[in-house]
Amino acid sequence: MSLLAVRNLDVNFDTPDGEVHAVTKLNFSISAGDALGIVGESGSGKTQTMMAVMGLLAENGHASGQALFKGHDLLQMDTAELNHHRGKEIAMIFQDPMTSLNPYLSIEKQMVEVVMHHQGLSKAEARAHALEMLSAVRIPDPERRIRQYPHEYSGGMRQRVMVAMGLVCEPDLLIADEPTTALDVTVQAQICQLMSELRRKSNTAIILITHDLGVVAGLCDKVLVMYAGHPVECGSVEQIYYRPRHPYTKGLLDSVPRLDQPEEKGLHAIPGNPPNLLSLPRGCRFRERCPKAFADCVEAPPMSVDSEGHAYRCFLDEPA
Amino acid sequence: MTKQAEKPIIDPFEAALGVSDVKGRSPWEHAWHRLLKNRAAIYSAYIMAGMLVLVMLGPLVVSWESDFTDWDYTSAAPSLESGHWFGTDAVGRDILVRTLEGGRISLLVGLVATIVSLVIGVTYGAVAGYYGGNTDRIMMRIVDIIYALPFMFFVILLMVVFGRHIVLIFVAIGAVNWLDMARIVRGQTLSLKNMEFIEAARACGVPPWGIIRRHIIPNLLGIVIVYVTLTIPQVILVESFLSFLGLGVQEPMSSWGALVSDGAQDMESAPWTLIAPALFLTVTLYCFNYIGDGLRDALDPKDRL
Amino acid sequence: MNDRVLRVQDLSVHFKVSEGGFFNSQAHVLKAVNGVSFDLSAGETLGVVGETGCGKSTLARAILGLIKPNRGRVLWLGEELGKLDEETLRQKRKDLQIVFQDPLAALNPRMTVRDIIAEPLWTFYPKIARVQVDERVRGVMKMVGLLPNQVNRYPHEFSGGQCQRIGIARALVLNPKLVVCDEPVSALDVSIQAQIINLLKDLQTKLGLSLVFIAHDLSVVRHISDRVMVMYLGCCMEISARANLYKRPLHPYTNALIKAVPVPDPKLARVDADTGLTGDMPSPLSPPPGCVFHSRCPQSVKRCKLEVPALRRMENGDWVACHRAEELDLTIGD
Repeated sequence: MSLLAVRNLDVNFDTPDGEVHAVTKLNFSISAGDALGIVGESGSGKTQTMMAVMGLLAENGHASGQALFKGHDLLQMDTAELNHHRGKEIAMIFQDPMTSLNPYLSIEKQMVEVVMHHQGLSKAEARAHALEMLSAVRIPDPERRIRQYPHEYSGGMRQRVMVAMGLVCEPDLLIADEPTTALDVTVQAQICQLMSELRRKSNTAIILITHDLGVVAGLCDKVLVMYAGHPVECGSVEQIYYRPRHPYTKGLLDSVPRLDQPEEKGLHAIPGNPPNLLSLPRGCRFRERCPKAFADCVEAPPMSVDSEGHAYRCFLDEPA
Repeated sequence: MTKQAEKPIIDPFEAALGVSDVKGRSPWEHAWHRLLKNRAAIYSAYIMAGMLVLVMLGPLVVSWESDFTDWDYTSAAPSLESGHWFGTDAVGRDILVRTLEGGRISLLVGLVATIVSLVIGVTYGAVAGYYGGNTDRIMMRIVDIIYALPFMFFVILLMVVFGRHIVLIFVAIGAVNWLDMARIVRGQTLSLKNMEFIEAARACGVPPWGIIRRHIIPNLLGIVIVYVTLTIPQVILVESFLSFLGLGVQEPMSSWGALVSDGAQDMESAPWTLIAPALFLTVTLYCFNYIGDGLRDALDPKDRL
Repeated sequence: MNDRVLRVQDLSVHFKVSEGGFFNSQAHVLKAVNGVSFDLSAGETLGVVGETGCGKSTLARAILGLIKPNRGRVLWLGEELGKLDEETLRQKRKDLQIVFQDPLAALNPRMTVRDIIAEPLWTFYPKIARVQVDERVRGVMKMVGLLPNQVNRYPHEFSGGQCQRIGIARALVLNPKLVVCDEPVSALDVSIQAQIINLLKDLQTKLGLSLVFIAHDLSVVRHISDRVMVMYLGCCMEISARANLYKRPLHPYTNALIKAVPVPDPKLARVDADTGLTGDMPSPLSPPPGCVFHSRCPQSVKRCKLEVPALRRMENGDWVACHRAEELDLTIGD
């Protein structure tokens, strides 16, 4: 059985200018110990998907469908039930570590409290456990650093603390929302390394939300590509990177500036701009930017699955 | 059926080149549309418009003069037969017409004092915030010093030196209210100044006044408008307070505050002398506050789409 | 090269920062840019790469004369910008333009696209006819790939990539000779990043612009730069021709930056993740003595802690600030 299975998830927002369809008919699942990358550009609905699953949607947002975590539907739970899972079994890391840490509490207070609450440990045990986690994320001199406040840490250090806090309760699922976007490349490399190491060690399943295909390649086994609220392609990393079926995935792969290829290859861009979620085009949502669009594309293509379990939302059968 | 129709999709760029200009929707229009959806604010605006018309034209229509003493009816209760719909006060003056004329003064004080504080406050705050450094430090210390003057002491001082006059009320209230405005505007300017579009303007060689006029002030207007709608009722209230203490407008002129003050003295024998002006005053205050709230929601830059 | 348009010599920009409370405040000097020198020829692109806090944005502003340097000079066509009076400097701005990082924040939300793009025109030619302005604005919009019929719209009605195009149009409307791009693609999505990089590259060839292109990531500047400068804690570490830098970087820090770029290939990505860098970047308020990079350098020796390496010219014309540049071979494997 899968750890988390999302079925027919729709997320909509009521805004003064109309209804925004942030996520439409999303299906995916992740098994224990797996790593899934959700890739998409801003406005693709990748973050709102996870917000819906975690019950953290803004007030004007509503989700329908199912999000089964170990067989229980997270979307049907009230806050008390959700809190039972959040933090303990599902942890979340956000893009900006500064906004998710309380600036007025020391790291020690913030970590120990969580551990005591969720694992029922004594204060001393919880502290020992927190120190262990901090050294696991390679924070030098954790005995001293744990007494410090968030502003005394650098950006990379803070994100490491967030990873440590996320993993301190040994959750079954870690959701990381653009954990490295705000960080410098060298720090990003460190955090990615750290996450893949910890994943191997503790067998935590990871959902990595990002717009950067480079980060996903090194960290995940499965990839879900989203565009304008629609899932457009889902498969193993090898399938997605070596045999993409959807023209959007292909375009996305080509537009990543790479250092491992000769520079004469140039940089391919996807023309146009992502559609306005208030007035989505009829049919395939990628149609207007797609180099391979043809007449049929004014009808919405269904999600097809090939014999290898590689799912894609496109009428074309040959690899993109 | 569809295979023949292949490639009907023309490059949208090419297609749009011949098309006429698209009309944009400015942030102001967005705010306006949001405001129109806020019922409380819109009804309040209607009520205020009605109130203005009433106060301006009402005294011309009502058959009583505000200083006419009707000896037949002193402290008379409201009645239709006598023609004193809102009753009369202890010296037989019609409450309705006095309330309407008092409203003129109250609203006038509210508007004029707010405009005074608006002009001084916005300029002062924008200059202090934009130039920063020592200019800012000196200008804001001056504000702090004026803040430290006790308001009542200041008013009484003015009255003693210049005698009681309605202009002095404008001066006194305006002189104090612009301080808040200056502080708010300065704070906003400081944060605006670090926005990249200001830097872009500087990099383009736009001189400081051009930046303040074209970039800073239009972006301050949202918060300034909200603050203005909340200042008007505040000023009206301060004027009422001054009048209540006997420091405000003088007989035969009147304001809502002065009328409430008079009415409060006869509250037990003739409650209508209190109720009418108090009702007008509260309705006005409520309406302005609702309009202010509505504007704040509509202009809030956080959910700008 | 005798067609140098921009010469930056030993440029340093220091900020005074006070730390601590009201009673125990201490004044520190933040050396945002420390002794940076380089030249730029007409039609050339210099990529500037460095991590947060390396002083690259400060450098950009100092080049444009928006910040006065504490030491050193910026020569534009032989004239020292720091010595010019306010009005002459303002006139020089016709030639020197900037494109910003955050495309939406760089545009005044209350102005139409026409007014935004036309502002530099009105500033320098207040008497110009409306029709002419309109014509020029539409022309520039077309050039940067915006539909000219959108002139009356407002910034919030455009996507991030389009806003960046508006920013570029504003920078180009006066026909400048140098455009400094301060992380123009960092805030954009990958597919849009490529669009903007290609656009800038095309415009540069078409208009013969000199570009200073700032980024925090070596992969982004590769396609557009002729030479690349790497900065760390306000200091210039290396300036190399593009072909050399990506094949055989001279400085260990450049090497680490190259290795840190994630590879969108699952097989390669898993092997090649280690940058060899240890620890975090030190605070720019108290940079380490000697070579500023020695505290994180995998190749550092005793000399690096004691002696500040000078920026020196190598045989092939590249510049590097590392004591061990000759002995190290940092060739990037395939």
